[in-house]
Amino acid sequence: MAYRHFEFIEKHAGLLGILTAIMVSLGGLAEITPLFVQANEVKAPAGVEPYDPLRLAGRTAYVENGCYLCHSQMIRTLRFETERYGPFSTAAESVYDRPFQWGSKRTGPDLARVGGKYSDAWQRQHLIDPRALVPESNMPAFPWLAERPIDIQQIQQSMRVLQGLGTPYTDKQIAEAPDMLEGKTRLDAMVAYLQGLGIDNEPHPTAVSAAQAEAAP
Amino acid sequence: MRAMHKELAPLALTGTDSVPQAESTAAAPVETYNDKVVRRFMVATIVWGVVGMSIGLLAAAQLRWPALNFDTPWLTFSRIRPAHTFGVIFAFGGNALICTCFYVVQRTSHARLAFDKLAMFVFWGWQLCCLAAIVTMPLGLTQGKEYAEPEWWIDIMIAIVWVSYAVVFFGTLARRRIRHIYVANWYYGAFIIAVGLLHIVNNLAVPVSWAKSYPIYAGVVDAMVQWWYGHNAVAFFLTAGFLGMMYYYVPRQAGRPLWSYRFSIVNFWALISVYMWAGAHHLMYTALPDWTQSVGMAFSFVLLMPSWGSAANGLMTFKGVWHKLKTDPAVKFMVMALVFYGAATFEGSMMALKTVNSLSHYTDWTIAHVHSGSLGWVAMITIGSLYAMAPRLLGRKAMHSHRAMNAHFYLHTLGTLTYVFSMWVAGVTEGMMWRATLPDGSLEYSFLASLIAIKPFYVTRWLGGTFILSGMIVMAWNMWHTARDARRQGVTAVPVPIPTPTGEQQPAPLPPREAEPVVA
Repeated sequence: MAYRHFEFIEKHAGLLGILTAIMVSLGGLAEITPLFVQANEVKAPAGVEPYDPLRLAGRTAYVENGCYLCHSQMIRTLRFETERYGPFSTAAESVYDRPFQWGSKRTGPDLARVGGKYSDAWQRQHLIDPRALVPESNMPAFPWLAERPIDIQQIQQSMRVLQGLGTPYTDKQIAEAPDMLEGKTRLDAMVAYLQGLGIDNEPHPTAVSAAQAEAAP
Repeated sequence: MRAMHKELAPLALTGTDSVPQAESTAAAPVETYNDKVVRRFMVATIVWGVVGMSIGLLAAAQLRWPALNFDTPWLTFSRIRPAHTFGVIFAFGGNALICTCFYVVQRTSHARLAFDKLAMFVFWGWQLCCLAAIVTMPLGLTQGKEYAEPEWWIDIMIAIVWVSYAVVFFGTLARRRIRHIYVANWYYGAFIIAVGLLHIVNNLAVPVSWAKSYPIYAGVVDAMVQWWYGHNAVAFFLTAGFLGMMYYYVPRQAGRPLWSYRFSIVNFWALISVYMWAGAHHLMYTALPDWTQSVGMAFSFVLLMPSWGSAANGLMTFKGVWHKLKTDPAVKFMVMALVFYGAATFEGSMMALKTVNSLSHYTDWTIAHVHSGSLGWVAMITIGSLYAMAPRLLGRKAMHSHRAMNAHFYLHTLGTLTYVFSMWVAGVTEGMMWRATLPDGSLEYSFLASLIAIKPFYVTRWLGGTFILSGMIVMAWNMWHTARDARRQGVTAVPVPIPTPTGEQQPAPLPPREAEPVVA
């Protein structure tokens, strides 16, 4: 392109704007469009249910308190990762995750498969006062989790919204949610959520290979 | 071609210097620049800078001394960390960008800002968005997506203010008296268009209540959209916008035309098109499809060229006037900013290589890289530009204290280096310890061992932060005193120089070196 052609662009603000918008859109379109198509084919593995009301309340507390800023939930496909945290994370495991909580920083360890590694009692104590169990830990204490009840209405409304977005909740499950959450604190919910990580979203081995074949051909 | 250069080169330098007036303007009322709104944005920049960095300093202290959250929810690290990132990126950086953008588009277009009232709405609207975000996030109202934490109703407010900002900017361009749109304005324009696009696409969500919403994307798609946003927020907010700043204030302060105008064209189109492909480098070795990771890595590597091109173009503009480094603190900040820009973009391209990323990802190396870019490049080019612009905006010959500017430079540089080196060492230590294995193949260190090993570096990082915040407070003090006369008597509005309406719009030649306004 000869310089005089460019001179035309830089004398016309509208044209400059339109060309800029086109140039900045290409990369996103090229990478995200195929993912949309592929991701819609990734289905939840056999036997994996959406978060039950208590675990959903726990996930809400997890997001609200910004846990993802120090804990990842994404075990990479590297040997030293699988050695430390367990099998690498797959796309199918997070089909119900809105928002995704893969994280980008490990000030604390990965939590993708933390479920069942510690007892419920350990998790409760650790959330209330981490240094009582791990003296060198720099995790903040979250004592208020034990004092705050779950916002039952919000969780029920959340389930309706998620149902609208395509999460397969039945109307019966949504109607019964308040019974399950009655009298529970955010700490109960958080522990239930953590104990389900890597267990309740753990797909069956045969489902894993099928999902991988679809997600990353 | 040659004529183009001659024509455009002085454009960056016109500023408030006199330009031949058109005869027809003699009777008409004099058009002046709208500097009132620019001054307000400047004050907001400094205030939010101090606020955002103070929150950062507290967060840094909590990583070493976790009891500093005093068991209070809204003071806890994980709640205030988004307030820090929003505070420094969107409140400090955003105000700095809009401030300089409104200044630059008027000066380079030889026209008053379009829509005075809308411009003032952009000011108050943006402050309201920043305040709402920084207050609600520590209270637990968050979307849980990094750098896009504010809830849906704040996102809508941001979108409205952003569109208004675009209307003011492009409206001003539409009434420009110089036919050529100066390169700084391309960058500001690209920044406005891209950030609007990213913000809207990434924040599409269905509200549950005013305090909670769910994104329309889930799992892998949410991850890809989020990092397409997250990466390009860096690209267009923290890079393109600040390059716009650089392309005006560097030639202005150097008193030289841009080193190569043609080079800036190549870099502009390469930068804005390549950046958008690179987001996948935030998701290496994850459940994201392999091809996306490889494409992201390749484009991240290519990105080094336009990045270094822009840095070189800025630095070479100082050719022949390097002596200003001795006398002008604003130039010191600008040169250091460009060096950091070159260093951070090199580091970024290297960290996007999969093998390097396997070590650096999830560690404090990422934090080092981000702060080398944000404290080194973004903050330094902003501070340099503010020191260059403030006297002109406040009707003074120079800043109140030359020594305070120098002190700020050394505090900021020392603080940034202390911070970045601490986090480099910490990050590499973590990465090496996490991957170390014994001969039998088992892991050598527990996770806790890596935390204990890096604790001293969390202290030195915090120390670096105190230097940086002290520097910001010195700047605030200096600005307050520079604005003394302006506060008492107000500032005489600067008339817009109306170029002679000839076909080629040849502005006056550069004034001789001695007559140039010297900031010092």
